[in-house]
Amino acid sequence: MISIDHLTKQFDTTVAVKNLSLDIQPGEVFGLIGPDGAGKTTTLRVISTAMNPTTGRVSVSGIDTGRDPEAVKQIIGYMPQRFALYPDLTVIENLNFFADVFGSPRAQRAELTERLLRFAHLTEFQARLARNLSGGMQKKLALAATLMHRPRVLLLDEPTTGVDPVSRREFWDLLTEIHLEGVTIVITTPYLDEAERCTRVGLMYRGELIACDTPGKLRAEIGAVVLEAQSAQALAARRAMEASEGVLTVSTHGDLLRLLVDRAERQAALEAAWRAAGIDVQNVRVVKPRLEDAFVLLLTDDGRRRTEKENSVIGRPSSVEK
Amino acid sequence: MNSRLLSIIRKEFIHILRDPRTLAIMFVIPIIQLVLLGYAATTDIRRLNTAVLDGDRTMQSRQLIEAYRASDYFAIRNYVQSEDDLAQLLDNGQVRAGIIIPAGYADHLARGETAQVAFLIDGSDPSVATTAFAASQSVGQAFGIQILQRRLGVDVTQLGTVDIRPRVWYNPELRSSNYMVPAVMGMILQFLTQLFTALAIVREREQGTIEQLVVTPIKSWELVVGKVVPYIGIAFFDLLEVLFIGVLLFDVPIRGSILLLLALSLLFLLTTLGTGLFISSLAHTQQEAMFLSFLTMLPGIFLAGFFFPLEAMPGVLQALSYLVPLRYMLIIMRSIILKGVGLPAFTEPVIALAILGPLIFLAASMRFRKSLE
Repeated sequence: MISIDHLTKQFDTTVAVKNLSLDIQPGEVFGLIGPDGAGKTTTLRVISTAMNPTTGRVSVSGIDTGRDPEAVKQIIGYMPQRFALYPDLTVIENLNFFADVFGSPRAQRAELTERLLRFAHLTEFQARLARNLSGGMQKKLALAATLMHRPRVLLLDEPTTGVDPVSRREFWDLLTEIHLEGVTIVITTPYLDEAERCTRVGLMYRGELIACDTPGKLRAEIGAVVLEAQSAQALAARRAMEASEGVLTVSTHGDLLRLLVDRAERQAALEAAWRAAGIDVQNVRVVKPRLEDAFVLLLTDDGRRRTEKENSVIGRPSSVEK
Repeated sequence: MNSRLLSIIRKEFIHILRDPRTLAIMFVIPIIQLVLLGYAATTDIRRLNTAVLDGDRTMQSRQLIEAYRASDYFAIRNYVQSEDDLAQLLDNGQVRAGIIIPAGYADHLARGETAQVAFLIDGSDPSVATTAFAASQSVGQAFGIQILQRRLGVDVTQLGTVDIRPRVWYNPELRSSNYMVPAVMGMILQFLTQLFTALAIVREREQGTIEQLVVTPIKSWELVVGKVVPYIGIAFFDLLEVLFIGVLLFDVPIRGSILLLLALSLLFLLTTLGTGLFISSLAHTQQEAMFLSFLTMLPGIFLAGFFFPLEAMPGVLQALSYLVPLRYMLIIMRSIILKGVGLPAFTEPVIALAILGPLIFLAASMRFRKSLE
């Protein structure tokens, strides 16, 4: 459905997307994840025709985005990260405006509008100005607006960021419905639990796609064992382990320790070390890896940990994302 | 009709109507500007505060003072006893002119000699001073001729001499408001269309809506025209509003064809809309757009001969003024409204606008791209 062929997008001095190749099949829910500044937004913008690639090609449903952007626009619905509807127009005015500019016939529109309003739970708010909607309702309105021309591909840029958990769940219910109607969805998200719901996930880092597979396979092929343990001195327990052999990463969540180790056999050595240091650690066990573990490992590989720190000091390279 | 274009125009009107402050600015500012400039920016000198030092205190000296008072140019506010008092009044601005009639004025006249009278003028405001200067002389000369006539016992006007009778055309009473109202109309047209076009486009970028627009089938020209049309409509409404108030408050005569005025305004609007469009392609925020807009408008107003006649400017500035579209529009406005003449009387400014308008608008449209980059 979407074919990205050696895409590179360069801004003045930064390369936002580096030599990206990716094929997304019809009917997929493809999740693009990665730290801020990884190039997710730029990738979506290029697919949506909002930006032209520096080199490389993108085609949607076999249509080259550079050669015939107008045809691509009819097929895709793009929802930017920032709320991009008119705050001083009402819900229904916003929907009608975008239907108008796509030239969707008025006759069929009434039914579609009504269906989308009901679908987005906005029927009773249709006369309300968009600026007076809650964050979650704005996202649903934006989604409805991108559906007014019945696109076959949806490109959603962090549609659930900054939305409360209940609205997030509702939003995903909507996406499932759309997906079941056969729409291909590409979504970026900072939430890994959302990534688990995708048919395939691509991890972007510094403009490159460093991993791409189904969530299950990514988890299975993590190449590490995840241990969990409880300790009242979790921080001390963590410090004691950080430099140990075979320990890839350690993190603490309250009194919970989470360790990625290279082999399950390390467990005995770790417990012995804690005892020797006089740190009380209980209930050490092997648990199922999560997607998050897979990405933490991928990102800390080959000295990437250091560059990520640099990133966080400089802050969000927002100029690239915006 | 293009439905995309229509929906953009409709949307733009909603933006305008939902923003009461902007709406007020668009309809009230023209009135305020007109009233302010019509009343305040006047160089008509009437009843200038004047002090008199009458050292003679005779019937003859009082006749002279009366002649100045009757001229309506000077209002006698103070009678002072010394030159120091007079100087003080001038110093602190209580009076702008002073008449000093020395003792012995009547005696000199009686002996058939020339009597000297001093006339002091505050020159800190040259335009006031120039008028006061001319008035002091002409009133004095007329008074002198009366004295001559009485002395000679003949009617001077019966003697063969040159009799110059100035006749002022188009604005016989030389009212500044007649000159200002057409100019204010030109300025308002420019202000509204240029600034608000720039703001309307930059707003899409600032609030991020441009990102949604770029993935719709809207073409760049549709976006430009759709954004600009509502402001053209409002500009014409304001034009008529200013004309109406000009007639109502200032008795501005409308001697020419309003239709011709509107038609030529459209040509002028191409230049201002183009400038607005151009600014929108440079500015990232509405603040920047506003700043850039004023930056171009203020010098333009002076170079257009709005307040000061172009003829009085240095050659370089005069040459620059040929690039200012408002310059031509002011000529056209004043010609139609005050002179009541038709196209043949001002073909040059019309040709200039016909060249500048499409040129500026096209250049700006080419720079304007509906894109994120």
